[in-house]
Amino acid sequence: MLIKQLSIFLENKSGRLNEVSQILGSNGINMSAFSVADTSEFGILRLIVSDPELACKVLRENQFSVSLTDVVCLNCPNEPGALAKTLEILSDNKVSIAYLYAYSMGDSANVVLKPDQMEQCIKVLQANKVDLVKASELYKI
Amino acid sequence: MIWNEKIECASREDMEAIQSERLCETVKRIYHNVPAYRKKMQEVGLTAYDIHGISDLHKLPFTIKTDLRDNYPYGLFTVPMSEIVRLHASSGTTGKPIVVGYTRKDIQMWAEVVSRSLTMAGVHRNDIVQIAYGYGLFTGGLGLHYGTENLGASVIPISGGNTHKQIQLMEDFGSSVLCCTPSYALNIAEVMREMKVDMKKLKLRVGVFGAEPWSEAMRKDIETKLGIKAIDIYGLSEIVGPGVSCECEHQCGMHINEDHFLPEIINPETLEPMAPGEIGELVFTTITKEGIPLIRYRTRDLTRLIYDKCACGRTLVRMEKCKGRSDDMLIIRGVNVFPSQVESVLLSISEVEPHYLIIVDREGTLDKMSLMVEVQEQFFSDEIKKLEDLRMKIARRLDSVLGISVNVKLVEPKTIERTAGKAKRVIDNRKI
Ligand SMILES: [Zn+2]
Repeated sequence: MLIKQLSIFLENKSGRLNEVSQILGSNGINMSAFSVADTSEFGILRLIVSDPELACKVLRENQFSVSLTDVVCLNCPNEPGALAKTLEILSDNKVSIAYLYAYSMGDSANVVLKPDQMEQCIKVLQANKVDLVKASELYKI
Repeated sequence: MIWNEKIECASREDMEAIQSERLCETVKRIYHNVPAYRKKMQEVGLTAYDIHGISDLHKLPFTIKTDLRDNYPYGLFTVPMSEIVRLHASSGTTGKPIVVGYTRKDIQMWAEVVSRSLTMAGVHRNDIVQIAYGYGLFTGGLGLHYGTENLGASVIPISGGNTHKQIQLMEDFGSSVLCCTPSYALNIAEVMREMKVDMKKLKLRVGVFGAEPWSEAMRKDIETKLGIKAIDIYGLSEIVGPGVSCECEHQCGMHINEDHFLPEIINPETLEPMAPGEIGELVFTTITKEGIPLIRYRTRDLTRLIYDKCACGRTLVRMEKCKGRSDDMLIIRGVNVFPSQVESVLLSISEVEPHYLIIVDREGTLDKMSLMVEVQEQFFSDEIKKLEDLRMKIARRLDSVLGISVNVKLVEPKTIERTAGKAKRVIDNRKI
């Protein structure tokens, strides 16, 4: 159930994002999803890729600060209110979310989220029959 | 209490008589036993018999750190190695370390001045003293250790690091005195807060802190956080180590053990002696040391001397808290800032490595200090909030130590240029 997400520290200077995608591309690593969180001073690039361990290694070789973080990914119908329902389940069970990002794929949408308590989050989602995406499936997208 | 009332409360005339006699003896010893000193004296036309007392002190040539390096390791020792019972060394930022040797009598003298210092700080034989200075080549740990034993208090020789254990022993053993660097004291306070230690259960009463410059703001911070009296102790390994001078409970300057270490204040540019009370570079002549006596050793520390009698009753001359150093000081909005202070702050924050760059700019009439710190793998978090918290923590700590606000910028690893030897730590863009 656990997905390995790459988190990369970026200073806000031009060309760095581009550099990340070039390094990954030239090593045959595909990106399935990504999001950028930024402040006026710096940003954090979060990535789901086809081979997280290799991506981590090659980025470190290129002097990036990278960490691997466990996240979960759930699949919900691409319709109004679907995400809200899932988030309500979590908040009712006292699981808070550090951050999330999502992308839709036609009928359904994938939501990547980082909860404060991972075990509790997975237990709650499974008990409520929420569709969780397996790592092996997500890395292939 | 006063450890050695006869000396510490001596009249100025009596003190000067002791100093004059000891200075003449020292000069004779080094002139006859150390070729490097004899040569230096002869170059300015002096022999051992031209020095008749402290009024002739200004005639003697200065000694600087380079002299110790040039004579590495034992060139300035005044006695044969068979008389040396201990060696200490300080690692310089460049090149070879500096080696100092102590005879048995030097070790006794050192214990005496540390016992005096601890007594000034209010420590007595019933105290339990936790020594969290590093033990080893560095003089901090062993210097305090011998002085504490000589005083008759109980020593916990825990050395530096392992903060959780420090706190556990403090609770279990009932430590009443903590000796370490001021930045490590802040670090301990922080970990205590994280561990939710009940401060009321601690017996901690006094802190004896030194080995790095610290501000009055930092003193207040430590005193509030640890609920103790924070006392400044001064020393440098070239002279003896900690115990050259120390504050008394009135915290109004450090009493110099001037019957062993004769102080002067000089103008660092012209090298002329300064008028009493003026700020300049502190210079010491050791007048009892046998292993490696130093004549007019330039400390690079900037301070002033106060000859008024202290409220504690001691007449030993006081030196003010060091204003910094005559070599790498920055003045930002009237505040003296030393890269070493920034470094000690970063060292006290466990998530950061001390790779940094200070940038000073002038916007209009206002000076602004920024600090670039590299984000290393081990403290990089995928959450913005945690990185922002870290940034704020560094900024707050700097504010408390330096007394000015600093814009902290987190930058990518290896962004800050590495140079061989001494790193470039400061970019001053001001056109003054
Ligand atoms: Zn006093």
